[in-house]
Amino acid sequence: MAEHALNIDTTPSWGGQVSPFKTSYGKMMMWFFLVSDALTFSGLLIAYGFIRHAYTGEWPMGEEVFHSLPFLGHGYPLIYVALMTFLLIISSVTMVLAVEAGHRMDRKGVTKWLFLTIIGGFFFLGSQAWEWSHFIHGSELGRVQLQDGSLAFVHGHGPEVKNLEILKSGSKYKEGAVVEHHALHYYNDALEAGKVTTVGTITLKDGAVARVNFAKEAHIEELQIREAGSKYELGAHIKGAEAAELYKQATTAGQANRIVFGANMQRNEYGPQQFAQFFFFITGFHGFHVFSGVVINIIIFFGVLRGVYHNRGHYEMVEKTGLYWHFVDLVWVFVFTFFYLV
Amino acid sequence: MERDDVIEYSLEAHHSEEHGKKIRKKIYFVTVLLSLITAVEVGVGIVFPKHYVAEFTWETIKWGYIVLTLIKAGYIVLVFMHLGDEKLELRRLILFPYMIFALYLTYILLFEGLQVHHIWMK
Repeated sequence: MAEHALNIDTTPSWGGQVSPFKTSYGKMMMWFFLVSDALTFSGLLIAYGFIRHAYTGEWPMGEEVFHSLPFLGHGYPLIYVALMTFLLIISSVTMVLAVEAGHRMDRKGVTKWLFLTIIGGFFFLGSQAWEWSHFIHGSELGRVQLQDGSLAFVHGHGPEVKNLEILKSGSKYKEGAVVEHHALHYYNDALEAGKVTTVGTITLKDGAVARVNFAKEAHIEELQIREAGSKYELGAHIKGAEAAELYKQATTAGQANRIVFGANMQRNEYGPQQFAQFFFFITGFHGFHVFSGVVINIIIFFGVLRGVYHNRGHYEMVEKTGLYWHFVDLVWVFVFTFFYLV
Repeated sequence: MERDDVIEYSLEAHHSEEHGKKIRKKIYFVTVLLSLITAVEVGVGIVFPKHYVAEFTWETIKWGYIVLTLIKAGYIVLVFMHLGDEKLELRRLILFPYMIFALYLTYILLFEGLQVHHIWMK
């Protein structure tokens, strides 16, 4: 054996020292991690695709579910998500500029751009919190189940509740009390639980019966049928007095879940339950990545401030966290397309 | 901290001021491009809502979205993540196994999803 080994020409063989990929160990390991993380996200998004293709009814439309802006109300389809996407792209750009500054050993540049990246990350997290809150609370009038079993989206203006006058004591609220705080919230809860028997009189969770004093009555403009029943067909539009009457029937039937506001783990007003489940899981998992990205960026930022990487002679640490940060942006590009657009 | 047992590739990544200018120019170009693509996607989404356009139009739009998304993803990976500047072998090592798996899973699950759909419709 030894004699054979001696005859081997070692000049073209790999003698250690150099990397066949001409890259450092840390960077390659970061890439390997990102590939495995990408596979996780692909699995989630493709599972979402599977459910959508298998589903036989009408899947909710991004433009209709996500159409609100902070302070401005409804009627701005997709604008908010577009702003979130833009925000993430910009913070990706500041990150790549930090990496570029690092390659020139420009410590001030790295500090500035990395700081802006962190700010961008916080803005994105805040936006996502607002989006979730909006998704969970839902629209003003919710979605109703009509008498024939069909499901309808309700368009119009929601009521404004001045206060609740307690007519009969419950375990918490006593007769004669006037509840102003969260009045609309209690009213919507009672609607969902089927605790409204005649318009304007509700039973609260503690058993108290209350009269609802409206500052402004609800105005029903249109019912859009989203799931067919025995009478109404998918896509039908019911307008005017008929719509108001059907809405009243559904909300005063005394049955729970005839009307649904927003979304939780059991039901949601937007469409099939898998829609809300995937929304919570995919955007939540992505949001968690953004959060950990911000934390990692902050740790590295302190390293930059202390001059750790400058003394080391290279800013590869910034480059490696940059890879992770860009990856978060990359995932969002796909979530944006397959959750909001398609 | 120079080491003699391994080559420190991290130290070779430095570039000059002029080269930096060129790189930044490319970064700004990609920024504008990505923003424009996003704006176009959202614009199309607002003007042509899914339920209000013909099925063929929607199919075209959908594939348009997918192509635009892949273009965006390509720019992020190749320029922002510098994979375009890495050695060809590394680029392939990262991209090929992932693509094979993702394409296969997409194909098999969407195909399966459609079959389930047909059975449920009966």
